[in-house]
Amino acid sequence: MTDEIIINEKTVWEILETVTDPEIPVLSIIDLGIVRKIEIYNAVQKPPSGGVGVFITPTYTGCPAMDVIRMNIRMALLENGFTNIDIKTILSPAWTTDWMTEEGKQKLKAYGIASPNSKQQVCTPGLFQEEEAVQCPHCNSYHTQMISRFGSTACKALYKCNDCKEPFDYFKCH
Amino acid sequence: MGISLISINRKPLFPIKNNLMPITNSEFPITNSQLLITNQLINYTLHLADNTLILAQQNSEWCGHGPILEQDIAITNISLDLLGQARNFYQYAAELINQSTSQPINLLTSQPATEDTLAYLRDNREFRNCLLVEQENGDWAKTILRQFVFSNYQYLLYEKMQDSKDEALRAIAEKALKEVIYHLKWSSEWVIRLGDGTEESNQRINKAVIELWPYVDELFINAAYESALISNNISVDVASLKNLWMQKTKEIFAEATLGIPENIFAHKGGKQGMHTERLGYILAEMQFLQRAYPNSVW
Repeated sequence: MTDEIIINEKTVWEILETVTDPEIPVLSIIDLGIVRKIEIYNAVQKPPSGGVGVFITPTYTGCPAMDVIRMNIRMALLENGFTNIDIKTILSPAWTTDWMTEEGKQKLKAYGIASPNSKQQVCTPGLFQEEEAVQCPHCNSYHTQMISRFGSTACKALYKCNDCKEPFDYFKCH
Repeated sequence: MGISLISINRKPLFPIKNNLMPITNSEFPITNSQLLITNQLINYTLHLADNTLILAQQNSEWCGHGPILEQDIAITNISLDLLGQARNFYQYAAELINQSTSQPINLLTSQPATEDTLAYLRDNREFRNCLLVEQENGDWAKTILRQFVFSNYQYLLYEKMQDSKDEALRAIAEKALKEVIYHLKWSSEWVIRLGDGTEESNQRINKAVIELWPYVDELFINAAYESALISNNISVDVASLKNLWMQKTKEIFAEATLGIPENIFAHKGGKQGMHTERLGYILAEMQFLQRAYPNSVW
């Protein structure tokens, strides 16, 4: 199998499509927008001489999923015959939910998590301020209410729907 | 001292007499101004890391003990964000220490510094966190107020640090600022809720104000390593943040029907490694595993 691999960026992007967020398994790391760049070293050489560099950026600084994601990227690439793998973390520019793909947002909703609104007033320290119109992923009502700014993971807030009465997670815009 | 148990049979990570500047070995006097800047930058980065690590450790004690589930989750999420910041700062400090030509690097293990050796193998006097973050959790009101005081400070600090000449600090600040905004919103709302809430909640947060106010001023007094890096536009001049901090505090306190204490004696020294007794207990718990079972991993 190793012999047949030709290293090119497209192959690597396709492999990374199969790596998912351990907390939200419907989302790939490409959907999340955390893979910022892929570098190919010695592309004319076949593995193991040729190598690949994957540049990722964390969603939240302390997100424990990042360590797992890093390991899963390595595993996926190893399984596909890559041995020379370099995974680097970059912090700037900082990740934003605006980098999440449309496809990713659709998958989130189908999974029961309200997808992030586009970045708007969230970056002001104004108080008791709720993001406008978070849509209930179950009944599509906009008549919803925030219960807590912090949900089951750092990236989510807890909401409830005033129409269908279901509680749900909202992937905070960030 | 709470840590006497684990101080036995080990050499200090850095020479104790040099605890104010751990990387400087007096036998190798600094002759190079670049080296001096690097040493101050290491101290500064450790200060930023220690602040966030100690507050993260303290907040995490609420895990499973929060007043209600949602707020238990909120305070531990904040803890996690702070721990993430600490890791970034420690990783950067370790990189600087390992690149530095001055010594010693790590007398305990003779291994290169890592985020883990810096968090788990330094002693009380080598920590540079401000005294505020090591104050006891107390009740919910005290934890909330400590978080508000610190998040308000950190928001202003990181906002300015985004313009630092130091690329790594700039990137960490840019990333962390987005999270701190949430912490500030959340803690501000809780200060108002408690201050303008019931008689008991008001009484409790008033008590917290009296207990914590002596530790506020230290945040705005530049330590030597901060002053030394201001002219290079690496560090943030914390003295310049005080007015904005006070403005925000007044605004929140007015809504919370709280008064701001005046002419309070300010304790300081934490940023130079002179801590209250409490830090020893925090470190004893946090560092126990690595001290008792060196290099053990999960």
